[in-house]
Amino acid sequence: MEYLPTTILATLGGILARLYMLRRDYRQYPSYPQGWAIHLFVGFIGALLGAIMVPSFLEKEFGAVSFMLLAASQFREVRNVERLTLSNMEPTELVPRGAAYIEGIARVFEARNYIAIWISLAIGIVSELLAFSLPLRVMGAIVVAVFLATVLNRLMRGDSISDIADVEIAEIEFDGPLLTVGGVVMMNVGHSEARALYCERALGAKIVPKDPNAKATLANIGQMQAIAHDVSSMVGVFMDVGEQEFTPLVRRDPESGKLVLAMIPAQSSKEAFLEAISNVPVLEGAIRKPLLSVAARMSE
Amino acid sequence: MKVMASHQILAVVSMNRDSVGGQTPIFYVSDHHELEKTSLYLARILMAAIHDLDNGTYILVKH
Repeated sequence: MEYLPTTILATLGGILARLYMLRRDYRQYPSYPQGWAIHLFVGFIGALLGAIMVPSFLEKEFGAVSFMLLAASQFREVRNVERLTLSNMEPTELVPRGAAYIEGIARVFEARNYIAIWISLAIGIVSELLAFSLPLRVMGAIVVAVFLATVLNRLMRGDSISDIADVEIAEIEFDGPLLTVGGVVMMNVGHSEARALYCERALGAKIVPKDPNAKATLANIGQMQAIAHDVSSMVGVFMDVGEQEFTPLVRRDPESGKLVLAMIPAQSSKEAFLEAISNVPVLEGAIRKPLLSVAARMSE
Repeated sequence: MKVMASHQILAVVSMNRDSVGGQTPIFYVSDHHELEKTSLYLARILMAAIHDLDNGTYILVKH
C-alpha cells in the first residue's frame, strides 16, 4: 500500500477540518449527537474522496478521478436534506426562522463539505510531494490543514448585524392601540392588558444601517425574520402558542431604511437585548450591494 | 393536511351595533369591560390577535 500514509493523513485531516467547522452555539444546530453523527459521516465521505484523488491521479486512473468528481456532486443533496429538515421543523418554532435563514443554513452545510474536500485534497498533494520522509509528511499535512482550515473558515464567516448597522434602544409607545417603536408603527394591539404588558416589560430597538448597501440588505424580509428568530432564541421570548400579539416584530421605516424591533424578552436586560441583535448573522442571500451600480451612486 | 385561515377576520366584538355588519360572527357587548373580556376569551379560543378599531369595536384576526 504505497499510498496508505497519504490516504490516512488526508482523510483524517478532512474529517478533523469538518469537526472544527461543526460549531455548537446557541442555535444547537446541527443537533447533538445525531446531527453531528450525520455530518461527520458525510464529512468523512468527502474527506476520503479528496484523499484518494491524488493517488488515482498519480496512477493515471482518470476514470476513477471522473467518477469521484461525479460522487462529489452528491453533496448537493446535503443542502436539500438540510432545507427539508428545517422546513419540516418550522411549524414547531414559536418564532419561525423564515425561508431565507433556512436557505442560508442549508448552503453553509453544503459548503463546509466542499471545504473538507479541498483540505483533504491539499493534504494529499503535500503528502505526496514530501513522500521521501514520513515525519516531514505528517508535519506538512498538519501545517497545510491548520492553515487552510483557518483561512477558509475565516473567509466563509459572514458579517453580523453590528458590522453593517448601529443598534440602539428605542422607546416603545402607544398611539391609541398602535404600538410604535422609535416613531414606526408596528401593529395594532387591541387588548388593554396586552398593552400594559408591553409598557411594563417590552424592549424596543432600532437598527440603523451604516450605508446604502446595508440599507438594501436590511430591507430583505428574510433578514428581518432572521433577526426576530435569532434574538428570541438568544434572549428568550415571553409568549405562548397562539398569543399573536406578543410575537416579536421587525418593521422597516421606509424613510430612513432603519429597522425597528419590538418584543417582550424573557428577561428585560437592555444590554443582553442589544448584544443579541448585534450578533445576528447577516444572511448571505439577503446581501445587496446597490452601490456597485452606477444608478445607485448617481442617486446618492 | 391541516388547513388554517390566516389574515382573516375571524370574529368581531362590538359595543356599537350601527358600525358592524356582514358575514363574520359578530358578538355584541354592552360595555368596555365586557368588550375586553369577550375578545380575550375569543382570542385564546381562536388563537388570534385582538385589534382595536377605536370605535368600540375589536376584531380578531389570525395572522
